[in-house]
Amino acid sequence: MVDTSQLEAQIWHWLDEVKDPEIPVLSLIDLGVIQEVSCADGRTEVVIIPTYSGCPAMKEMENDIIKVLGAHGVADAKVQLRLSPAWTTDMITERGLRALDEYGIAPPPKATADKGFLLGKPHMVRCPQCKSGNTEMISQFGSTPCKALYRCVDCREPFDHFKCI
Amino acid sequence: MNLQEARYRYVLRLGDNALVLGHRISEWCGHGPALEEDMAIINVSLDLLGQCRNLLAYAGRIEGKGRNEDDLAYLRLEKDFTNALICELPNGHYGDTITRQYLYDQFNYLLWSELVNSTDTELAAIAAKTIKEVTYHLRHSRDWFIRLGDGTDESHRKMQQSLDEVWMFTGDMFATDDSDAHIVREGIGPEMASIHTRWLDAVRATVAEATLNMPTGTWMQSGSRIGRHTEHMGYLLTELQYMQRAYPGCEW
Repeated sequence: MVDTSQLEAQIWHWLDEVKDPEIPVLSLIDLGVIQEVSCADGRTEVVIIPTYSGCPAMKEMENDIIKVLGAHGVADAKVQLRLSPAWTTDMITERGLRALDEYGIAPPPKATADKGFLLGKPHMVRCPQCKSGNTEMISQFGSTPCKALYRCVDCREPFDHFKCI
Repeated sequence: MNLQEARYRYVLRLGDNALVLGHRISEWCGHGPALEEDMAIINVSLDLLGQCRNLLAYAGRIEGKGRNEDDLAYLRLEKDFTNALICELPNGHYGDTITRQYLYDQFNYLLWSELVNSTDTELAAIAAKTIKEVTYHLRHSRDWFIRLGDGTDESHRKMQQSLDEVWMFTGDMFATDDSDAHIVREGIGPEMASIHTRWLDAVRATVAEATLNMPTGTWMQSGSRIGRHTEHMGYLLTELQYMQRAYPGCEW
């Protein structure tokens, strides 16, 4: 008989195959969406938290988790969506931040939105293409709720920036 | 009114606000004045619909009659909605939409900043999520409000007119009823009067920065807490609820 903690470690390992539906280089673990894995009485439960309240990808993520675990023989996995703790971009792992940058999405800085952000100067965002810091924001809202639209003044490439929340 | 009813009404109103305004601004989809703004305003709409889902689902659990978020959104009548009147107003031109959005976002930001500390742990969890999104909403609408007010002669004139016309609907955002006494006493939500004072201070500063004048009208529309709406609400619900009315129980 496999002991529970070994099984849970194995499940975490398998879950690394589940990628963000919109950003296929980023695993849900690196995104920080998967919070808990528990195995008890032969049942596996995975707890996920939403990135944004209205994120339409949450259902997709749930299905992908069940599918990947099913392919590894875990037939009765349950996915529970929880609101607490509130997801922040600080939950993205170092590996996740690097993957975003290499994929062409400027990663968020390591600091959570606060009141100063509201009226303060926006932080510097580095162009993921030419690495220049000379960039400007085009719109606070980009192609998905979690991204803002930027443009590099030096190489003229538009790019997505993963918003800091 | 007992505490459970008060909690239900309070959370329901928060959910109705998000649902009705979120639905209203979703009408801009494909019609925004510029591609970036089209995406921005419907991203705000999407956030509001997500918040509405969390809130209405929670309201349904408090009520305890087995109604879920879909039942509450699609199967209630106009008089059962208690959203603030400002949420249901037609979009008008983009300056009208931005003016309403700024006035509402400023209120919403102050309110959710307090709800983060609610003694109701589930509401506090929703608030922790919501406040991050609402901060972006306020930043967006405030920027545009100032940019258009302090813009060309034409945009300045239009923004002053938008502000003057929507002003009589702002008082209703802060309306309270019997349930609020319970809510404040239990530490579930803040005193509306204090939110109102802080809102006025913030709005005054933003209006000045936008080189506009504060409206002089003092008469305020009211009625949302008792389900009395503007003439626009019925049309909004007709569209929002069409599928469930035409095909009861329809799922996809």
